[in-house]
Amino acid sequence: MPLTSEFLPYQSGRNVAGPAKVSARGVNVFYGDKQALKAVDLDIGTNEVTALIGPSGCGKSTFLRCLNRMNDLIEGARVTGTITLDRQDIYDRALDVVQLRARVGMVFQKPNPFPKSIYDNVAYGPRIHGLAQTAAEFDEIVEGSLQRAGLFDEVKDRLDEPGTGLSGGQQQRLCIARAIAVSPEVILMDEPCSALDPIATAKVEELIDELRENFTIVIVTHSMQQAARVSQRTAFFHLGELVEVGDTEQIFTNPRHKLTQGYITGRFG
Amino acid sequence: MQFVTLLASLSLLSVVLYRMGRGRAIRSVGGNAATLHSLPSYYGYYVALWCGVPAVMLIAVWLAGEPFLLKSLVLDGLPSEAGGLPAARLSLLVNEVRQLAASGDYRFASGDVARAAAEHYRELRSISFAAMSVAALALAIACGVHALRRVSPSLRARNRVEGAVQVFLITSSTIAIFTTIGIVLSLVFESLRFFRLVPITDFIFGLDWSPQMAMRQEQVGASGAFGAVPLFAGTLLISVIAMAVAVPVGLLSAIYMAEYADRRFRAVAKPLLEVLAGIPTVVYGFFAVVTVAPFLRQLGETAGLTIASESALATGIVMGVMIIPFISSLSDDVICAVPESLRHGSYGLGATRSETIKQVVIPAALPGIVGGVLLAVSRAIGETMIVVMAAGLSAHLTANPFASVTTVTVQIVSLLVGDQEFDSPKTLSAFALGLVLFVVTLGLNVVALSVVRKYREKYD
Repeated sequence: MPLTSEFLPYQSGRNVAGPAKVSARGVNVFYGDKQALKAVDLDIGTNEVTALIGPSGCGKSTFLRCLNRMNDLIEGARVTGTITLDRQDIYDRALDVVQLRARVGMVFQKPNPFPKSIYDNVAYGPRIHGLAQTAAEFDEIVEGSLQRAGLFDEVKDRLDEPGTGLSGGQQQRLCIARAIAVSPEVILMDEPCSALDPIATAKVEELIDELRENFTIVIVTHSMQQAARVSQRTAFFHLGELVEVGDTEQIFTNPRHKLTQGYITGRFG
Repeated sequence: MQFVTLLASLSLLSVVLYRMGRGRAIRSVGGNAATLHSLPSYYGYYVALWCGVPAVMLIAVWLAGEPFLLKSLVLDGLPSEAGGLPAARLSLLVNEVRQLAASGDYRFASGDVARAAAEHYRELRSISFAAMSVAALALAIACGVHALRRVSPSLRARNRVEGAVQVFLITSSTIAIFTTIGIVLSLVFESLRFFRLVPITDFIFGLDWSPQMAMRQEQVGASGAFGAVPLFAGTLLISVIAMAVAVPVGLLSAIYMAEYADRRFRAVAKPLLEVLAGIPTVVYGFFAVVTVAPFLRQLGETAGLTIASESALATGIVMGVMIIPFISSLSDDVICAVPESLRHGSYGLGATRSETIKQVVIPAALPGIVGGVLLAVSRAIGETMIVVMAAGLSAHLTANPFASVTTVTVQIVSLLVGDQEFDSPKTLSAFALGLVLFVVTLGLNVVALSVVRKYREKYD
């Protein structure tokens, strides 16, 4: 579906290559009387990292939360418009939100490991979705997920210790391992590095780049360097509206909209 | 009345000196209060404290010492024939004199000696009061003036006043601590007297409890047996039944309130649940005796069971109902304190609400819930009124919830109600029971509080 209608934001460079994994059309979000998102149209490509940037309160996290219906948990939040995942409307009544969230995983701003062992943290998702039956199968999933999150070597001797005892960066990678353990198709990351130090941040960014092979990733970030480093496409939000979306390189070198230009050059935001 | 006047004049004096101190401080720097070491009001407080505190302390010491002084003066003043009285008669006489003097009504005096002594006592007392008033006021003025003289721009009035405030605070907390220590000591000493009469092993391990002692040598039966095991078993049985009612109901209602109920329902239901905590335990006692026990007995009859009308079951159930708000409100707090991010993490993985509660929220809140339950257990063990009204008096060593049992608290009450002789093991055993009860609940509270504290540290 080409993005050409007149209210659409500035489109920089190519459109999403191939069919869009997630596609949002005319998405409005209201918190009570306040409108947090205004008619957002955005496609997210398969096996790409899409970065959502913009000043605080611009609606980028709100948009992210629409994609796995976490907004359902907020009292008074209302979403209109359509969001499809593989052409299926995720706000359809027939769709089970539990299954949606198994397909669209989420990593949060602050690492939030459960007060359980490292092993049980990772095995949590597979257990509730019945992805494995025998202990050996669980071991395999846990080990595989920790390995893909680049954490296995650091914790392999202490899988029984509580996940809350790890360092901040390790906790965040544990949360990523926890998310990929249920083999989602899309992983949403809400400022995953904002609570981490630069070294841990570098590790997580490296990890995001590796995960791109198997997952579609949407990441909200306040750091434009981070968006430039990890993403292929970037969407710039401002005051609840999607201002510009396009190739990351294009957005950062040659933005079309003067608001984007102002933001990435640090003149406001 | 006179005493109130004295205190009022002292307060008035302090207020006056406060103003004088404040004014003097401001004048000492020519009205430029910013160059003073402290705010002007601190100089006022400094002077006022110097005025009030020594005087009040003098009054306190005086009042504490006065009775002894007056007593010896009155005894000295008695006619010589009273000097030969035995000590017991003498102390009776002194008591009578005090009462006569307090009432001022000599019609019922036992004799001329008492009447004269009472007159003497009254006279002495009014002299003593006048002396005390004069001394206190003089001390207040002297100390106040002394402090006023010391007011100068360099005086560190704030530090002095705050030091004094700190001393007040320390005193208050010490009073609380010493009261506790006093209570414990009184229990310990009476218990030691008991254990001199009854061996401690008999008390702790004995299986038989019948505290009736023979009043006379030839009296039949009633030898007195002080084995506390049946009492603690009864307490335990009733507490277990109470917890079996309170823990599931309290915990589940807390989960509903914290996780499922919408805000409007919560706003109505939570206060309603907490009304249960405001019902006097006596009323719970009525409820157990009048409603629950007969109901259970009838139920038992139809089912072919014999349920005593003072069954442990009825008492335990009602006590459990009393504890429900305790557990539910503590658990509710703990569950609400589990960070929202954990719930979101679980929802984000596709967990349902009940999976999230069972596998994330409750495990995270468990230490706090356990702490709350332990506090509730110590409450159940120490609960008195319900069991006094609804539980039996005879000590059976049984685990049958349909039988009548008695508890430690019931026995303490029945031992200490009515006429007592404080030298018989019957009365003294109440203190030993109280001591053991105190140790048990204290231990439970310490464990519970440390569990709760450990939990708090984790998320703050």
